[in-house]
Amino acid sequence: MAENRYLLNTQLAQMLKGGVIMDVVDVEQAQIAQEAGAVSVMALERVPADIRKQGGVARMSDPGLIKAIKEAVTIPVMAKARIGHFVEAQILQALKIDYIDESEVLTPADEECHIDKTRFEIPFVCGARNLGEALRRIAEGAAMIRTKGEAGTGNVVEAVRHMRAMNREIRQLVSIPAEEIMGFAKANGLPYQLALEVRTLGRLPVVNFAAGGIATPADAALMMQLGCDGVFVGSGIFKSSDPVRRARAIVKATAYFNDPEKLLEVSMDLGEPMPGLDVANMPGEERLAGRGW
Amino acid sequence: MSATAGSSPVGVLDLQGGVQEHLDHLRRLGVPGRPVKRAAELEGLAGLIVPGGESTCLSRLLTIFDLREPIEQAYRGGLKLWGTCAGAILLARENLGETPYFGLIDIAVSRNAFGSQLESFNRAALVPAVAREPVPLTFIRAPKILRVGSGVRVLLQLDDYIAAAEDERILVTVFHPELTPSLAFHRYFARKCGLNPTGTDDAGLDPDWTPLSWTRFSSHA
Repeated sequence: MAENRYLLNTQLAQMLKGGVIMDVVDVEQAQIAQEAGAVSVMALERVPADIRKQGGVARMSDPGLIKAIKEAVTIPVMAKARIGHFVEAQILQALKIDYIDESEVLTPADEECHIDKTRFEIPFVCGARNLGEALRRIAEGAAMIRTKGEAGTGNVVEAVRHMRAMNREIRQLVSIPAEEIMGFAKANGLPYQLALEVRTLGRLPVVNFAAGGIATPADAALMMQLGCDGVFVGSGIFKSSDPVRRARAIVKATAYFNDPEKLLEVSMDLGEPMPGLDVANMPGEERLAGRGW
Repeated sequence: MSATAGSSPVGVLDLQGGVQEHLDHLRRLGVPGRPVKRAAELEGLAGLIVPGGESTCLSRLLTIFDLREPIEQAYRGGLKLWGTCAGAILLARENLGETPYFGLIDIAVSRNAFGSQLESFNRAALVPAVAREPVPLTFIRAPKILRVGSGVRVLLQLDDYIAAAEDERILVTVFHPELTPSLAFHRYFARKCGLNPTGTDDAGLDPDWTPLSWTRFSSHA
C-alpha cells in the first residue's frame, strides 16, 4: 500500500470521530441506524450476542448481505474478516466496502499471524486490549484502533479496562526517561518507532474508538470521557427493547459526552437495555478478547 | 453580527468529524477558533466552519439538538459559512436524490460521487482566487458540485465537476484543506469573515504541520 493511501485511510477514520458505528444484520436495521445518526454501519450476519449464544465457527458474512446493506445506505460500510484470514479481506476489498474490521468476534483463522494489512488498499480497524497490541496492529497496517472490550455482553467493564490500560501505558511512556524507552518497549511488546511516536503525541497515532459491551448512552459517554474518539455499538442497540430510541440516544450521548444535562435528557425512557452478562465469571474460552495477541 | 477584524473567533461545528483539524489550521493562522456544540456558542462569531464528517449523521444531530434554526438565524444576521465535504452537502440548495438540509447556497451536489473509500484521492490544483501557487487537495468519499446558480462563483473546476465555489457569504469545498499542510483556504475564509490571518497569497504550506497535528486538540490521555 502506498504511503499516500494509508494516510487517506487514517483520514477517513478522522472523519468518523465523535460518531457511533453500529452493528446491523439487515437492510432495515442499516436504515434505522443511518436515520438515528450512525456515522457508519458494520454489516454482519449475527451480532456478537448471538454469535456467543449460538456458538460454532463465526465467519465473514455473506457478501450478498453486505452488498445489499451497502446499497441501502449512504454512510460508510464496514464488515468483519476473521483474524488472519487475508482471503476474506481480499473478498471484502473486492466488494469495495469502506473499512474492514479484523475482528476477534469472529473465530480466528490463524492463531499466529494477523493479516498483513500493508498489502491492501482498503483500510482496516483492529481491536486491542493495551498499548502494545494497538501498536502491533498499527505496525501491520491498521489505520484505526478500537478497544476489544468483551463483545456481546452488554457489559462495559472490559472496554473500560482496555482503555484504562492504554491510557496508563501511554502516560508511563510519556513520563519515563529516554534511556528507559527500549526496556519499556520490550516489556510491553511495543514496536520501537511507534513507541517514540506515541511518546511525542501523548496518544495513539491513529483514531481510537471504544468497542465491546457498550449498551447505554452513559456507557458511550463514559468511554468518550476516558479519551476515546468515538464508539462502536454491537449488540447493544438491536438487542434492546426499543432500538430506534436507544440508537438515537447513544448517538446524542456520544456527541455531548461532556454534558451531564444532555446525558440526563437522552437517558430517560429508553426501555430495556440488552440483557447483560457477568464477565468476571465467564470461562476463559468464552472470552473473545483473548483472541489475537 | 459585527466582526471586528482580528478579534472575533471562527467557530467549528463540533458535533462529529474533522473538528480538531480545522481548529489546528485556524491556530496556525493566528485566528481564534471555537468549537460550537450549542446555540449560545454561535454568539460573536465571525464565521462558522461546517466540517467534514458524515452529512447524514451531522444533519440528524443538528436537528435533534436544535442547532439548525440558530445557525440559519446567525447566517441571516451576517455570519459567514464554510462547508467542507459533508459541510458543503449540508449547505447546498439541491442534493441529488435527497432532501437538502440548510439549502443556503445555490449549488447542486451529488453525495459520495466518486465511490467507496478505495476511490478517495489526493491531487493538487491552482485555485487563483485563493493562492497563486497550486495547493494540495484531499478528497475523501467526496461529493461533486454539479451546478452552481447565477449568484455563485466557481473557484475550482476539475474534470466534470466543480470542487470549490462561493457566494457572497458562503464558501463550499468538496475536499478537505484541513487534512493538508496548506492553510490557504482557511486564510481565504478568515479574510472573507473580515479577519486578518497571517500569511500572503502563496500556497500557505506550513512546514510544522504533520498529519497528526490535530491530535493536540484531542481529549486523549
